[in-house]
Formats: sequence, structure tokens, C-alpha cells
Amino acid sequence: MDTVRYLQDDGTPLGELPFSAEELLSGYRALRRARHFDERALVLQRQGKLGVYPPFRGQEAAQVGVALALEKTDWLVPSYRETAAVLTHGLPLASTILYWRANPGGWRFPEGVRILPFYIPIATQIPQAVGVAQAGKYHGENWVAAAFIGDGGTSEGDFHEGLNFASVFGAPVLFVVQNNGWAISVPTEKQMKVRSVATRAQGYGIPGVVVDGNDLVAVWKAARDAVERARRGEGPTLLEALTYRIAPHTSSDDPGRYRTEEQTELWKQKDPVMRMRRCLEHLGLWDEEREKALVDELEAELLAAVEEADRSPEPEPWSIVEDVFAEMNADQKAAWDYLHGGAR
Amino acid sequence: MSAAVPQTKTRVLNLVQAVNEALDLALERDPRVLLFGEDVGKMGGVFRASDGLQPKYGEHRVFDTPLAESGIIGYGIGLALAGMRPVAEIQFAGFLYPALDQILSHLGRYRHRTRGRYSIPMVIRAPYGGGVHTPEQHADSPEAVLCHVPGAKVVIPSSPERAKGLLLAAIEDPDPVFFLEAIKLYRGVKAEVPEGYYTLPIGKARVVREGDAASLFCYGGMVEVCQKAAEVAAREGVELEVVDLETLTPLDTETVVESVKKTGRAVVVYEAMRTGGFGAEVAARIAEEAMDSLEAPIVRVAGWDAPYPPFSAVEHHYRPDARRVLEAVRKVLTH
Repeated sequence: MDTVRYLQDDGTPLGELPFSAEELLSGYRALRRARHFDERALVLQRQGKLGVYPPFRGQEAAQVGVALALEKTDWLVPSYRETAAVLTHGLPLASTILYWRANPGGWRFPEGVRILPFYIPIATQIPQAVGVAQAGKYHGENWVAAAFIGDGGTSEGDFHEGLNFASVFGAPVLFVVQNNGWAISVPTEKQMKVRSVATRAQGYGIPGVVVDGNDLVAVWKAARDAVERARRGEGPTLLEALTYRIAPHTSSDDPGRYRTEEQTELWKQKDPVMRMRRCLEHLGLWDEEREKALVDELEAELLAAVEEADRSPEPEPWSIVEDVFAEMNADQKAAWDYLHGGAR
Repeated sequence: MSAAVPQTKTRVLNLVQAVNEALDLALERDPRVLLFGEDVGKMGGVFRASDGLQPKYGEHRVFDTPLAESGIIGYGIGLALAGMRPVAEIQFAGFLYPALDQILSHLGRYRHRTRGRYSIPMVIRAPYGGGVHTPEQHADSPEAVLCHVPGAKVVIPSSPERAKGLLLAAIEDPDPVFFLEAIKLYRGVKAEVPEGYYTLPIGKARVVREGDAASLFCYGGMVEVCQKAAEVAAREGVELEVVDLETLTPLDTETVVESVKKTGRAVVVYEAMRTGGFGAEVAARIAEEAMDSLEAPIVRVAGWDAPYPPFSAVEHHYRPDARRVLEAVRKVLTH
């Protein structure tokens, strides 16, 4: 299966790009913004201002490119590593910080933001995303759902059940597999014997597309094609983005136990953010000065978001038993009273 | 909401007919209601619970799914997240197991996880229990597993008129509800069922026979067993109280405790495997809240600690019957 690419590893365009200069600039901005958040998130984590955090360094283009292809009315269904995607699809920075701080202030995503919570149990989001996508048909809305999963996640039964449901029902959904080489410590070649996840699409009678996941233009274009296809009523697409998890699995992980830095170094040469920046420079759309101005702006935005997040109160003990049901039952009421009394 | 069925015109229906009528009324009333599962559409379900509903409401509202239970529940959760009212049928409760990740990880957690932004107003119906000589797994009673799911309710009706009103209440409920239907009762019980739309309250137990000698706590297919035991005891002048729990979670502890305070003796009857069964929860609550009223230890009558036997010849030795219930009654009365 051919890999869709628009940029060489050094960022030089391979030919004419399918986006306007304005679009390319906004795309780079989203990409750089995600990178900035990720870098600062690790610092915040070390300062005790975030809980366990799964960094996405190296995977920015694979996530941001898909989010850019969505309308605001489309649904984004992330696994836990998709912070770059949700930031691009409109989750406010402060909510994102609070979420990863394990503060309930970040659990309730704002109204109007069609992003489901980060999915922790692997692959369970896949059949759910199909249901979300199909619901639009009943509401008379032409929305599409994009669901993310990793290469390891494709081994789960729910991945297969979800793709089959989507195919049988002709659901307007895009499945994005970020093949980042690793399921924590297990490399892709121990996860599956097929050369490419996208070939599995044939087994469900749906199109499979392989894209260079570190090429923002390629991911964006392939995702846009798949989203348009879904919106036309032509059903689901499986999009495999080839990328690499430069960072540890989470802030608690030690990759030294299972991989050498040689491979990581090779992939660092294909860094998706640098690659897009070089592309813009090649097109005469970007320079050092603009880069510095953007980073200053992103840092200011981030500091303001951290301040906003810091103003969010710590959860009260009794909030544990709140929002379990629409109405508390007698057992929860008793627990609520106990927790309330204990705090006094 | 009244705990009693309405006093309107009735017809005699069996339990599966009552379920079918409730589904019909729900589909008619609310365009967000969707019905799906294995063989639910064209065939109308293996027990005919959705008989005639696909022709009436169309393939987009009543439909067959691929044969994958985790997919069915996950798909339903997605529909519910995006504003629909899914009613999924799992062909047998013993087939729920492949879907436990969706159930335990998501179904009842979404409201809590999103601080009320999303809820899952979904009903999962499944036939359960033994007594009709089914193959292995078809007679399982996994209600205790479902009662251990935070954020979900578990309802098990014992008669057609209750099933109809409770199922309609479950479909209206803003939170996920498991609705288990005793296979033995599907065609085994008939009752006068009121016409038209009505709901019965979830979370209320119901005294179906009053007595003062001892309380029998039961639900679903065990209610008729306990009633039969109570009839036999009455012939000997022993008046047993029979309490149909109807909703397992949230349990109506108040009604349970009131009954024990009155009789001083409790027998808990369920057909699932004894250890870790829901009867243990009932017994624990009685011990916690009515210890001083007890004249005898609480006794459980349940399935044995073995898989439900798919052997017709001895099946009736697994599933509690009136004789075993009466043995337990004798035990608590002679303590």
C-alpha cells in the first residue's frame, strides 16, 4: 500500500500542496501550539501541577491533521494520548490542564465542544464512535465522528467489532490509527503480523489509507478526503498514520527498559513540527522572527490558562458520590452526608 | 408515580407480550427510542419480544446488529451519548460477558466522568434464569455482576403487568438500566395487563403477600416460587410475607427492613450461584439495619456453587423450588 506524502523529511514540498498559504499557516500554528503545550505539560507534571501525563511528542501532525479536517459540528473521540487533537478541535487549554490535573473542573468539557473524554480502556471508544456517528442520521445532522486508536489498540476485540459495525451500517466515521511503533514496551511487529494496519480495512470492506503521520499536509489531506467521503454517505475509512512516539508512554514510563535511543534519534530527524516549519520557510511564508512571535504568543496563552486552572477549586470529598445518577439514591445520600460531616 | 398499576381496561397477556407492548408504546411515544440486537429486527427476537415492531417502525428504528455483544453495547452507548434512547437486547443474559468492558468501564460511569455533561439513558434487556431446559450459558443469572456496576440500575420484573410499567419507566430513565426478564415467566405467567402507556417506579420493593411468621425476599422468577411456598405454609397456618424486590439497585432497603421488623425472620431466595450473589447483599443490609429485630439467622436459598447445569434431568435440583424455600422457612421458624 502506498504511503501518502506531500513533504520530504526535510520539509521540502514534493509538488503542489492541496492547501492555500493561509490554511498552511493556520495548520502550522495549531501544530506548534500542540508542541508548546506538550513541552510545558511535562514541566507542569514535574512541578506537581499535573498528574500522570501521556506526552505526544512526535505525533503532533498525525493528531492535528485529523482535527483540522473536522468541522466544529463533527465529533472527536480521543484515546488518552490525543491531547494535540482535542486542543485543535476546541478544548480550552484550562480545561485540558485541569483534566490532566485530575481536577473535576476539567472533567466536564464545555457545551458546544464535541469532544468525548479521553478514553482510558483500550479500543472501547471504537464501537461507541460508530454509535455517535450514526446518531447524526436520526437527528438530521450531517456530522462525522473521528475516533483515534494506537497500533496496540487494534489487537482488541472492540476495534474489530467497531469497524465491522461501521461497515455494515455505513457509518460516517473515520478511524485513525496512529501507528507509533510502540504499545508501551511492545513493538508493532510483536503486535501483528500484517505489514500495515490499513490493509485490515479490506477485511471489513472499507477503504484503508496509509499516510506519513509526520507530514501534516498529508494527514490533513487524507483525513479531509475521508471526512468528505463520510459526509457524502459513503461510509467509514481506516486511516493509518505512520509516526513514532519520541516520548515515554507516560510521565511514569522509562523507555530505556525496552528500546535504544538510536531509533528514536532517527525519527527525531523527521520531526513533524520542524518539517512543517521548513515547508513554510521553503514557500517563503515563515521566518525566525515570526516563529519567535508565535512562541511568545503561545506562552502567554498558556500562562493565562495555567492561572485560570489554578483558580479552579479542589474537589470536595462529597463530590465523589455526586453525578453518579441524575438523582442520588438513598445509599449515595448517606455517603454524601458522611463525607460532608467528615470534612467539617 | 404510583406503585400500583393503573385501574384501566385490561387484557390477559403473558410476560413477553407485555414486554412487546411496552416496546411498541415506547417507540411510538419517543422518536429517539431505537431497538436493536441479534435477531431483533426481521425475526422479532428469539423470544419474539420485538415481534411486529420492525414492519411498524422501520428498519432504521428496529434493527439487527452483527453478532457481537461488546459492539452492541458500545454502539448503544455512542447513540445515547449523542442524544438517542437506545434499547439493546442481549439475546441471553449469559451472553453479556463479552460486553463487560463496555459495561464496567463506561455504561454507568459517563455521568460521573463528565460531571453530568453526558449521561447514558440506555436500557439493556436480557432474558435470564433457568427452568426451561436451555443449553449451557442460556440459564445464567448474572444480576450480581450487574449490581456491581456503579451508575447503573438493575430491574427484574416478576409479572406481565409489572414488566410493562417497569420497562417503560426504564426507557424513560435518564440513566442506564439493566432489565432482566425471567425466561421461565415469558410464557409461564399470564395476568391482566392495563392497556395504554403507564410507568411503575424504579427503586421500590413491593409486598406481594402479607404475613407475620417470616419474610421471603425474592425477585423475578423466584417470586412465583416463594408465593407457592407461602400458599403451602398457609395451609399449616403459617403466614409468610413475600417481598418482591423488583429493583435490585437501587435497593429499597426501607421496605426490606420494615418487613423484617414485622416478622423477625428472613429468607432470601435467588437462583444465581449462592456465593457472592445478590441475596448476600440483601442479607447484609438486614444484618446492618434490623439486627435487633431478628429472631433467627438470615438464611439464603440459592443456586449451588456450581455452573447452572445444562442437564434437563437434574436442572430442578439447582434452581430453588418451593420445597427448598420451605426447608429454609422451617429452619428460621424453629431456631
